[in-house]
Amino acid sequence: MYFLKRILMMAPLLLVISFLAFAMVRFVPGGPFDAERRAASPEIERNMRAKYHLDEPIWKQYGRFLNDALHGDLGPSFKYRNFSVSEIIAQGLPVSLTLGAVSFLFALGIGIPLGFFTAVNRGGLGDYAGSFLAILVICIPGLVIGPMLIMFFAIKLRLFPVALWGSPMHVILPMIALGLYFCGPIARLMREGMNTTLHSEFITTARAKGLSETAVLIKHAFRIAVLPVLSYSGPLLADLLTGSFVVENLFQIPGIGVFMVNSSLNSDYTMVVGLVLFYAVLLLVLNLVVDFVYGVLDPRVRYE
Amino acid sequence: MTTVTSTVAAPVHLSPNQRAWRRFFRNRTATVSALFLVAFVTLILLWPAISSTNPNAVSDAQFVKPNSHYLFGTDVHGRDLLSRICYGARVSLLVGLVGAVVSLVIGVSWGLVSGYAGGRTDAAMMRIVDVLYSMPTIVFVIVLITAMNATLAKTQTLSASTVRSLQFIGLFVGLGAVSWLTMARIVRGQVLSLRSRAFVDASRVLGATHTRILLKHILPNIYGIIIVYLTLTIPSIILYESFLSYLGLGIQPPQASLGSLIASGAEQINAVRIYWWLIIFPGATLALTLLALNFVGDGLRDAFDPRAER
Repeated sequence: MYFLKRILMMAPLLLVISFLAFAMVRFVPGGPFDAERRAASPEIERNMRAKYHLDEPIWKQYGRFLNDALHGDLGPSFKYRNFSVSEIIAQGLPVSLTLGAVSFLFALGIGIPLGFFTAVNRGGLGDYAGSFLAILVICIPGLVIGPMLIMFFAIKLRLFPVALWGSPMHVILPMIALGLYFCGPIARLMREGMNTTLHSEFITTARAKGLSETAVLIKHAFRIAVLPVLSYSGPLLADLLTGSFVVENLFQIPGIGVFMVNSSLNSDYTMVVGLVLFYAVLLLVLNLVVDFVYGVLDPRVRYE
Repeated sequence: MTTVTSTVAAPVHLSPNQRAWRRFFRNRTATVSALFLVAFVTLILLWPAISSTNPNAVSDAQFVKPNSHYLFGTDVHGRDLLSRICYGARVSLLVGLVGAVVSLVIGVSWGLVSGYAGGRTDAAMMRIVDVLYSMPTIVFVIVLITAMNATLAKTQTLSASTVRSLQFIGLFVGLGAVSWLTMARIVRGQVLSLRSRAFVDASRVLGATHTRILLKHILPNIYGIIIVYLTLTIPSIILYESFLSYLGLGIQPPQASLGSLIASGAEQINAVRIYWWLIIFPGATLALTLLALNFVGDGLRDAFDPRAER
């Protein structure tokens, strides 16, 4: 029941978000056809605008867009005029999804054990070293680590391809460049979660029952301690799956992260709105999934 | 008839904030980081007096490896990298600080009003935050900054330097405008729990206005959290600025920030020769700065954490 309500609530939210994006891109001075054909006569310009209904009042334009969007048509891209927005998203999406999912797993795979390890060794040398590592990676953005990886592993050692996309070998360096940063927050959340959980009463009970330390940590503490990481995962995954401009640009990967930035820069109205809408749907759905899993992991949580 | 002079010191009464600062200075990592930041800021502020090298002076010595003359080497235009890093770090820190303050002002006011007003106002204001959360920030920033630049480009009455400083301000505002959401949520949560406390009721009974209650009674109680969050926002804004510089929307050349230095280093990557110093030095400076800021932020958070009170 609760989740049904949440799903119904998504519709008005998406409506507001799409209209906001719709109005926002049009608010920027200049239009999508500015950069090309400088010498275009006013008539051509006017015809172009009329063809895409840009001369109509914004309410009318939005109504038209909404009608099309509900029929699954996000319109033609204003910059890549032979393609529709849906086609462009469909083209880049598998690449961005793959890279994003792999980077997410990489971040989890390093972050969770690291956070677990530091919490269990609280106050010890391992805690200091691990926590330092977790904070260090937050300070090295993809913009720094990416070029370093390329220079060292691709150009100097020739272990990996420098750029482009295709084989599994092409995935490794971008995955590290994109995912490494997020190991930090995940490890910190995991450590924080473990520290709080290990002080709660049900852990004392479990210990009092005479369970082995491993069973207490893995079976009882972990599923509660991982909850903050879970909450963080929703927005993080939405960000990662929609691509990263820096990494896609550095490694020349044909994902949709580059489109997100370029279409905003070029006032490619339909493209921006389409991508924003796509991002919002993804984020809302992921948050819903996160909340559902949350309830499964923590039986104390009741949604009403 | 002897006067007894007490050798026992009078019990020291410290405010919670004073106790928090004491805890902060007992944290060695945080204190060392704070000292490092002070030293670093002093260095980059005094740099023009120490070195006579102009960071924008072009020379024929392109891509010189780090040596005794050019400690950090030179870039594509033969400019001294060390000087450029010192100037760039100044810009980055300034952007981070001002951007964080902008986000702080918006976030704190939003959270204060929302939490204090409660009811429908609160619900409406928080829904706005939810909506903004669900949009990719990058689109926002780009739209804000391109709109600003396009408006500036149209006005021909302004001199070039005015336009540049206005672009600078636009960058601050743009970065601050997308970073206030979490702050607003945190502050609102705090205000919600504070506004039903007895001391707030007491001052309301005494006839205090809403503004007075907010500014004199509620705000001082959340200073700690605000300071903590401010220190943690600075590094994230510095990172965001470096990202914008990579897009070409940040600091405009020949001026530099750490981000734009890294970005121009990344442009020089080729399969034939490796100009590692163009990435490593600005990257390490950025990482060290962020590291120190994060340690200070963490130290402040631990110190101001109410659960730490004994």
